[in-house]
Amino acid sequence: MTERDRPQGHLGGVDRALPRGARPSGWRRETGGSPESSLDQAPPPDRDHDDLLAVDGLRITHGDVALVDDVSFRIAPGERVGLIGASGSGKSLTASAIMGLLPDGLSAAGSVTLRGRELVGASERELSRLRGKDLGMVFQEPMTALNPAMRVGRQVAEALTVHGTARRRATARARELLDRVGLPERTARAYPHELSGGQRQRVLLTIALANDPALLICDEPTTALDVTVQAQVLDLVAEGVRDRGSALLFITHDLAVIASVCERVLVCRDGRIVEEGPVETVLSAPEHDYTRRLVEAAL
Amino acid sequence: MRGNLVVGGALVGLVVVTALVSLLWTPLDPQAVDASVRLLGPTSQHLLGTDKFGRDVFSQLMVGAQTTLYVGIVAVGLAAVAGVPLGVLAAMGPRWLGELVMRTSDLVLAFPALLLAIMLAAVYGASTLTAMIAIGVATVPAFARVARAGALQVLSREYTLAARAGGRSRWWIAWRHVLPNISGMVVVQSSVSFAMAVLAEAALSFLGFGTAPPTPSWGRMLQESQELLAVDARLALVPGLAIAAVVLGFNLLGDGLRDHFDPRLEARR
Amino acid sequence: MTSTPDSAAPDAAPGSGPIVSVRDLERTYRGGVHALRGVSLDVPRGGRFGIVGESGSGKSTLVRLLAALDRPTAGTVTFEGQRIDDRRESDLGFLRRRLQIVFQDPMGSLDPRMRVRDIISEPLGRTRDRDERVAELLDAVGLPSDAGAQYPHRFSGGQRQRISIARALAPRPDVLIADEAVSALDVLVRKQILDLLTRLVDEYALTLVFVSHDLGVVRKMCDEVAVMRRGEVVEHGPVDEVYDAPRHDYTRELIAAAPTLHGALRAPAGSATSEASAAGPESSEPEPPPEG
Repeated sequence: MTERDRPQGHLGGVDRALPRGARPSGWRRETGGSPESSLDQAPPPDRDHDDLLAVDGLRITHGDVALVDDVSFRIAPGERVGLIGASGSGKSLTASAIMGLLPDGLSAAGSVTLRGRELVGASERELSRLRGKDLGMVFQEPMTALNPAMRVGRQVAEALTVHGTARRRATARARELLDRVGLPERTARAYPHELSGGQRQRVLLTIALANDPALLICDEPTTALDVTVQAQVLDLVAEGVRDRGSALLFITHDLAVIASVCERVLVCRDGRIVEEGPVETVLSAPEHDYTRRLVEAAL
Repeated sequence: MRGNLVVGGALVGLVVVTALVSLLWTPLDPQAVDASVRLLGPTSQHLLGTDKFGRDVFSQLMVGAQTTLYVGIVAVGLAAVAGVPLGVLAAMGPRWLGELVMRTSDLVLAFPALLLAIMLAAVYGASTLTAMIAIGVATVPAFARVARAGALQVLSREYTLAARAGGRSRWWIAWRHVLPNISGMVVVQSSVSFAMAVLAEAALSFLGFGTAPPTPSWGRMLQESQELLAVDARLALVPGLAIAAVVLGFNLLGDGLRDHFDPRLEARR
Repeated sequence: MTSTPDSAAPDAAPGSGPIVSVRDLERTYRGGVHALRGVSLDVPRGGRFGIVGESGSGKSTLVRLLAALDRPTAGTVTFEGQRIDDRRESDLGFLRRRLQIVFQDPMGSLDPRMRVRDIISEPLGRTRDRDERVAELLDAVGLPSDAGAQYPHRFSGGQRQRISIARALAPRPDVLIADEAVSALDVLVRKQILDLLTRLVDEYALTLVFVSHDLGVVRKMCDEVAVMRRGEVVEHGPVDEVYDAPRHDYTRELIAAAPTLHGALRAPAGSATSEASAAGPESSEPEPPPEG
């Protein structure tokens, strides 16, 4: 969880006028499909079989306070889904809950299933087998997400050995993977502080994708980066999931980034999902008032 | 988390209350020698028994708490009053001044505090005062370092830049921004240093370079019990436990305060 | 504009010509990092001047020099024709009243141990009508009047930035520098703060220097822009010209890389950014030198 997702005291409560969880009248849902056909109101597909990830009635609480409430969505294999919302909307918490990485003091209820396997309430052992193998994650802050005392190549290799690859093969594979994200060969021997922010984020992406996960979760991976570097990293994310057939859950507050990476978008506000649908539809003709304001504020 | 603060506060509070009460009342005169009651075990009159001169151990312990706190307060106060401004100056002043302050503090750190105390005692005679000054001087670098680190952190914040852009002087920034924002760290350091000062005073008194007889001091009580260790371990145990309790109390208090002042927890307060 | 002869700036009388003028400014940090390598520019009085650059471009260093919070290694900074780069702090009183900064970090730019009214009145010095002025400023930035008695941690990021703006406006400055003032904010809050800045700049007839890494924001806020890269101004001119017909490769690269919602919606998903990365070879990403 990032600092900005913690509950904050508000004096004015600038944007809290709308009823919580007001759902749009046309509850659009579209899994997969090409952008051309996305304007058609396709019937919801048979979820139980098609979905890679199913989140049902997810509720995250801190004591008596619900930070995320009744969040439900699905991600099909290979689908790229964006989750947008302001800070404090619960979008990062949702990602943490999927990974089973909620910070102390927060608890999740409801259901999160990955290929039918329940993750809420799963043991740490079970979850750690999934993390880094079936679930990959890239965090916002590339400075702190890497171990400063370990060479980059070894950190990538370790992502592989943890899940059973032999050490020698892992080392070779690590170099290969770093090369694939355009990092020069010497990167493997470098320490994190010798790399720029963009290079570090590529390393994190490499680690997250090392085991060809079924789902990659990116939590504001480019917020701390310069625009030119952001463009490169976004391309690598898109390319990385496309090559592996992985699904993507991309969390950001930047609509333009979502629009350039994702096919479908979930709009999160005050811990609830207020609108959902294909990127083109939602962002060019938003139905919910909140989404409309987000689109208007975008540049 | 809260536990440290509560337990530490309770232990320290107990010592403070004991010292305060002993100013007005002790069960018996702690300095009254009575050969007829030497080395008594605990009785209803002598709660913790008597020492080799027949003095009441419990009364001595109570008055000893005064000495302990007195030494701690003066030594830590001296160290903080000298160390914090030096540290802030080292952070805010010209580079050479900062270097000078830090290298000098390295030097003081490298110089054994015990040796300083012995030298002072040799020149001015062993007394509580020389012990306090020696301990205080030896603790100045700890405060200077903490204050400098804290001040540098505060100076890296944009609000100090904003204050400069608003035409405020260095002194104003030091007074209104730096000091309030490092006060938490200084309090924590005080608590930890207090524990060390108590130990140092006990050690100095034990060696005969601290509080001079007949003023009761926990360190000297320990020393006097030394030769009787085989006969009556109680005489060593009582001041020893008192020292342990107060040191533990201040350390726990320090930890608790550190948690309390942790900026990461600030939002929850 | 960058080629204005040196003699022009110092002669400028108050009331005409550029309000802030920078000539051949260089700043080299200890360890040989060249944060600025000869920057010259003029900020016209009443203008809205944008400075765009990525990390390591030297824009933060430039801001500090414009505000005389740091000294240049070489070159001059003049404010209404008066040199400010070589003055002692005690001779900068006039600048401290007339030029103010709004900083980026809504957390770090407010002292957590000061009440909002003390924060806002900090640049005021000793005045009798302090309370009235604070009330006036709180009202101007859209904060409730009881906010003055609170501590900053009670406020959201956007509200903190309003406090920062109120502080900057307190001494009734002529020039307001916004240093990445909306970069840490969410889209909706960013829009509110930008609208507020626009309104205040108009209302108080301020000269705005708007520094940002975000081209979209600069385009929205400014009428003139300087694009910085590695301590140099690579392109400079009216905003529309620079954006619609960029002359320098780097400007072109920046514009291509910045995602815009409309641009992204036009292109098929997943490919909208490839154009940008084609402009800049992936492995040539510069190592950003440390700033400040």
